[in-house]
Amino acid sequence: MAARQTKSTTKAKASAAPRKRASKQAPSMDRDELLAAYEKMLLIRRFEEKAGQLYGMGLIGGFCHLYIGQEAVVTGMQHALEPGDQVITSYRDHGHMIACEMDPKGVMAELTGRSGGYSHGKGGSMHMFSKEKGFYGGHGIVGAQVSLGTGLAFANRYRGNDRACLTYFGEGASNQGQVFESFNLAALMKLPVIYIIENNRYGMGTSVERASASHDLSRNGAPWGIPGMQVDGMDVMAVKAAGVEAVAHCRAGKGPFLLEMKTYRYRGHSMSDPAKYRTREEVQKMRAEHDCIDLARKELEAQGVPEDRLKAIDDDVKRRIQEAADFAQESPEPDEAELWTDILVEG
Amino acid sequence: MATEVLMPALSPTMTEGTLAKWLKKVGDSVKSGDVLAEIETDKATMEVEAVDEGEILKILVEEGTEGVAVNTPIAVLGEHGEESPGANRQASDKAAGGQAAEEPAAAKAPPKPEPEPRSAPAPEPEQDWGKTEEITVREALRDAMLAEMRHDDKVFLMGEEVAQYQGAYKISQGLLEEFGDRRVIDMPITEHGFTGMAVGAAMSGLKPIVEFMTFNFAMQAIDQIVNSAAKTLYMSGGQMGCPIVFRGPNGAAARVAAQHSQCYASWYAHCPGLKVIAPWSAADAKGLLRAAIRDPNPVIFLENEILYGHKHPCPVDEDFILPIGKARIERPGEDVTIVAFSIMVDVALNAAEALDRQGISAEVINLRTIRPLDIDTIVASVKKTNRIVSVEEGWPFAGIGAEIAMQITEHAFDWLDAPPTRVAGLDVPMPYAANLEKLALPQPNWVVDAVKKLF
Repeated sequence: MAARQTKSTTKAKASAAPRKRASKQAPSMDRDELLAAYEKMLLIRRFEEKAGQLYGMGLIGGFCHLYIGQEAVVTGMQHALEPGDQVITSYRDHGHMIACEMDPKGVMAELTGRSGGYSHGKGGSMHMFSKEKGFYGGHGIVGAQVSLGTGLAFANRYRGNDRACLTYFGEGASNQGQVFESFNLAALMKLPVIYIIENNRYGMGTSVERASASHDLSRNGAPWGIPGMQVDGMDVMAVKAAGVEAVAHCRAGKGPFLLEMKTYRYRGHSMSDPAKYRTREEVQKMRAEHDCIDLARKELEAQGVPEDRLKAIDDDVKRRIQEAADFAQESPEPDEAELWTDILVEG
Repeated sequence: MATEVLMPALSPTMTEGTLAKWLKKVGDSVKSGDVLAEIETDKATMEVEAVDEGEILKILVEEGTEGVAVNTPIAVLGEHGEESPGANRQASDKAAGGQAAEEPAAAKAPPKPEPEPRSAPAPEPEQDWGKTEEITVREALRDAMLAEMRHDDKVFLMGEEVAQYQGAYKISQGLLEEFGDRRVIDMPITEHGFTGMAVGAAMSGLKPIVEFMTFNFAMQAIDQIVNSAAKTLYMSGGQMGCPIVFRGPNGAAARVAAQHSQCYASWYAHCPGLKVIAPWSAADAKGLLRAAIRDPNPVIFLENEILYGHKHPCPVDEDFILPIGKARIERPGEDVTIVAFSIMVDVALNAAEALDRQGISAEVINLRTIRPLDIDTIVASVKKTNRIVSVEEGWPFAGIGAEIAMQITEHAFDWLDAPPTRVAGLDVPMPYAANLEKLALPQPNWVVDAVKKLF
């Protein structure tokens, strides 16, 4: 699996210089790194499958948005980060948390609404946070996290450090007014924020073609001079290569960067979405031909990683997810006194 | 090991469904992601995908069956040749009966908050800060920001025209010169975006002061104030605080019509997770803005354009600060309690003067903080006067007066000699014409008339 980007757009003024295509470069990950990425993507996939199962059993309630299919995006981007960088995203957030090294047990226990969850059961699927791991949520209002992420980047600049903030949102959110307001602010102040549009083609049931007059979302920042790039979001090495470039741009003080990740979600928008707006063949074709985990596995096999090594990873991931599921059911519901805590910081 | 495939819940509200169609039959092998069956819910027809791999050993619920309860076993999955009876529940998960489904939410009523005892504690005397000087509310607000910005590098001011223009209402005069453009930051006209940006900065531990040119424009950003700033601490289990101040003029100024003349006290005070302050005097403005900036929570600081130029004595002590959540008795009295905030304190004091001439002694309480409401001070006063009138500039429906009347009814009903009464702005969008605007805003004689009806 060669690192490849479907396209490098160079129309934005700030990126007018000719750009190297990642496909001409060396692979962005060595074997060990790809193995780690494979494991992380598998962990996310198995986590989400288990979450879907627990939802079906009534152990998880409310809204539950699965990330299955999109695992390469957060995994590849995380490989471009350093400690101290921040990540913020929308409500389809389980994969991002696991990519940030948050404990699957604490995430799953939040999904089941238990005291062992990251928010003590008070946030649920869409609202989890870990400052320690640099994860700033988990936000339920479409597009709100884009302004918040711009603020995290603002804080980095205010403090004079060289940290960057990854701000994820879907192609559906990309039409929100505050997204464009944030682009303007970030470009105006040269804030170290990487906007990542996870274009999974459907904002709930509305295809991107029916929602966006812009046909190349990587150019959505062009009026503000924000360089953009389209990336094969099903290819973890291509994602990392793009991420490295974007992060370097931010660390050098050049301001925001926009990445459009071409990706796909296999499941419905949320658990209650019958997904009648697309054909089963379309989903099956993506799964069969472009699955990020299959691609990584084939590459690892081609590099001579023995079958039993991969099997050991599969087994270990399965065990960790079962532990998370067990923990999420054994952890008690929050104490009733929790109802009245954390409304205001005391003192 | 054989596992049972259970009837899944496919929406937040589904309790049963129709097993419309099997897409696999006994003997078929399935792998993760394969569609097993179609299920009709009250909303849609959904596909059920396999989670585990294996062979369909047995189908337990035939297609076409209606009213299949969530978590009913519908098939058995296992390895080829395996016996189907005694199958474990799907993926051997515990509590497969669906604990959540077995415990109807209604069975667990949330515990009621302990009613706080209302034993009419005597309000604590306010700390004596010594020497005062006459300054304007405008200067007081500037001095508060100046002091806190000197005290803490994490504090910064952002908003439209706050830096080079020196403030649309000259509140931030001189701050750019002292602190530079790193900490006094002009924003483009983009309230939704910059408010969200400020909230994000606060979540990372900075302490922004966001100036809205007026609170009318904050409606563009109210989602970020309520959904992001006010709720995230709770949703994060206490991890993600948001130390931020949103300040600017609120309510009617003069002849600026409906879109620029609205009081938001009731809007923000409605929300748990926010503190809401509405200063009247220069001392209120200085002492409470300092407290708001130091507070680790999101604070809505509602100023008033007409008050900016008013002068009051204000303590000169450089440590002067006031507590959030404490009202002040501006004028003691015996016969009736008048509660007001912001510019309506002037209206209440004028009314008290007029009532005094008619032999009625009115006690005027300046709320200072709307939320948390200092109900103790109000109750103590009502227990003395046995009558209460609230005065506010905003609309009456679901207003601050409605809340005060309800709380007094809850906590001091037996002390009342007359129904709690409110004076509020008229229930109309603010008109432009000078005569109509005056008719829409509470005047001292409205308060006098309301008080006299109580006797």
